[in-house]
Amino acid sequence: MITLVALPILIPLIAAAVMLLTRNLIVQRCLSFVALSSSLAVAVVLLVDVWSSGNIVVARLGGWPGSFAITLVADRLASVLVVVAMAVTLVVLLFALGQQASDEHSSYYHPVYMALTAGIAQAFLAGDLFNLFVAFEILLMASYVLLTLEGTSEQIRSGTTYVVLNVIESLVLVTAVGLIFAATGTVNFAELPERLAELPVGVRTGLHLLLLVAFGIKAAVFPLFFWLPDSYPTAPSSASAVFAGLLTKVGVYCLIRVQTLLFPGELSDLVMIVGIATMAIGVIGAISQQDMKRILSFHIISQIGYMVFGLGIGGAAAIAATVFYLIHHIPVKTSLFLVEGIIERDSGTSSLDKVSGLARRSPILAVLFLLPALSLAGFPPLSGFLAKFAVVRAGFDSQQYFGVGVALVVSMLTLVSMAKIWVGAFWGEVLPARPTGDVGILRHQRSMAAATMMLVALTVTIAVMAGPLYEFATEAAIQMLDVATYVSAVRGS
Amino acid sequence: MSVWSLVLVCVLFGVGAYLLMDRSLTRIALGVGALGNGVNVLIISAGSDVNEAPIIGRDGTLTDPLPQALVLTAIVIGFALLTFLMTLAWRNWTISGNDEVEDDVEDRLVARRAERTAKSGDQPHHEDVTP
Repeated sequence: MITLVALPILIPLIAAAVMLLTRNLIVQRCLSFVALSSSLAVAVVLLVDVWSSGNIVVARLGGWPGSFAITLVADRLASVLVVVAMAVTLVVLLFALGQQASDEHSSYYHPVYMALTAGIAQAFLAGDLFNLFVAFEILLMASYVLLTLEGTSEQIRSGTTYVVLNVIESLVLVTAVGLIFAATGTVNFAELPERLAELPVGVRTGLHLLLLVAFGIKAAVFPLFFWLPDSYPTAPSSASAVFAGLLTKVGVYCLIRVQTLLFPGELSDLVMIVGIATMAIGVIGAISQQDMKRILSFHIISQIGYMVFGLGIGGAAAIAATVFYLIHHIPVKTSLFLVEGIIERDSGTSSLDKVSGLARRSPILAVLFLLPALSLAGFPPLSGFLAKFAVVRAGFDSQQYFGVGVALVVSMLTLVSMAKIWVGAFWGEVLPARPTGDVGILRHQRSMAAATMMLVALTVTIAVMAGPLYEFATEAAIQMLDVATYVSAVRGS
Repeated sequence: MSVWSLVLVCVLFGVGAYLLMDRSLTRIALGVGALGNGVNVLIISAGSDVNEAPIIGRDGTLTDPLPQALVLTAIVIGFALLTFLMTLAWRNWTISGNDEVEDDVEDRLVARRAERTAKSGDQPHHEDVTP
């Protein structure tokens, strides 16, 4: 079991190295598919083991004892997120293969995509702060390349903002790592909780704030979100789907670790206020937009707000709600971006002014959009309703009525802007240039449609399986809040 | 941490932060380089006595090898980042003739639409403002 922990990182990395040698597109495509599906298989085996035994699986690379080795830790949360990440990247790969876009034909697309996957997996599994920083660098560097792969002026313009902002985020993170090392003499997650607790309050709060800023930029929380709606829409559809689904969620995952493991329960009021502001600002931004990709990008921010709000409430129930929200949100958001990618490929634009009457041309596409869109807005019985319900209930239980009120209003406004996309793109007259009566959008884009259907099916499955999944999220939250067990497992004592 | 390495860290952070304020991507890249090196010096001096070698088996006092290993990794990452930023600046220059970081175009469109609505006092016409 122990060697399995490293495989979701190693398989994509080795595949990327081999791909750089061949440059043959067909070989690269096959290798990508094999690497991602085998990583997914490994991740599922790991998840089953962690879930059934209840243990935390720890791998110490290099054979060094205790905190000297590079530790990889798979607890309940990390293992389930690796499975979700691998599944989503695999589906998006299928989408990209069917898309026939110019960027996928570049001989660098597949190696970089593999590096991105490896970085995401490593970020979830990292057992020390510096390793986490390295994982961030791998996934960020890959995302820079994917974002600017075509090198068009629009991509370069928005890519510049994205790169500069994320470079600053990395610098803040590595500064925090350096200062934490100076203050405690360790970067290992097993030793940090104890040693951080011994520090004077001022130093501890300073270090905590540095980490919150670094991960807050990555998670795109208020007031550090402004780079996101500018940069994601210019990326190729397949890349922006992965970014939207997974990259910000890596930031949220790190925030969860900071708030539960490193600084348990500290500054939770600040986190909660940030969460409430993020929800509200994100959805207000979304309402004012006219472009589908930008509306969806602002909704990423708004949804991040719910997770951060849940994290700020604290306690097992609220953390469980956050974990469930995280698991539900990744496939929902990715599938919305994939639907948008299909529309953009068909119409050549993502502006709501120029797309119309899609429901008449392709009812299946309309359903594929409607399910995740309603889920995002929190319609029962879809997964988004259950996730929002869990967060709201946790808020009620701890008397955060203001936050709960904002959450409910925001979910109404989410519905309004989803309805805006629906009315603008799916209803209305079929544009004269497009053939009527032909259900042609999906017929010409079969593998893209299949990939999107798989993800939508996954979101429906999450709704159907909500009971056991929520139980799992609760167990994951209880395991996270039990810092002592985590520490002794990682230390190996 | 000796006083001089602290001073060096402060100078590098100051220079880096100042350069990051600029709109020119070349200056931002230089700022990132300065800040990155400031962080590296910070981590090195966080270890222990900077003047000692981190080699096991040598007599006398040794310094903690971990920060040196961390900094080696950070230097490689910083180098790659800087190269990418320079490439981006060059590409920006070949496309637009300058290397400035520009504003969000769509954002300005939305702002202009709001202004126009406020002025005319009627419903916004989306068709007017599409680029």
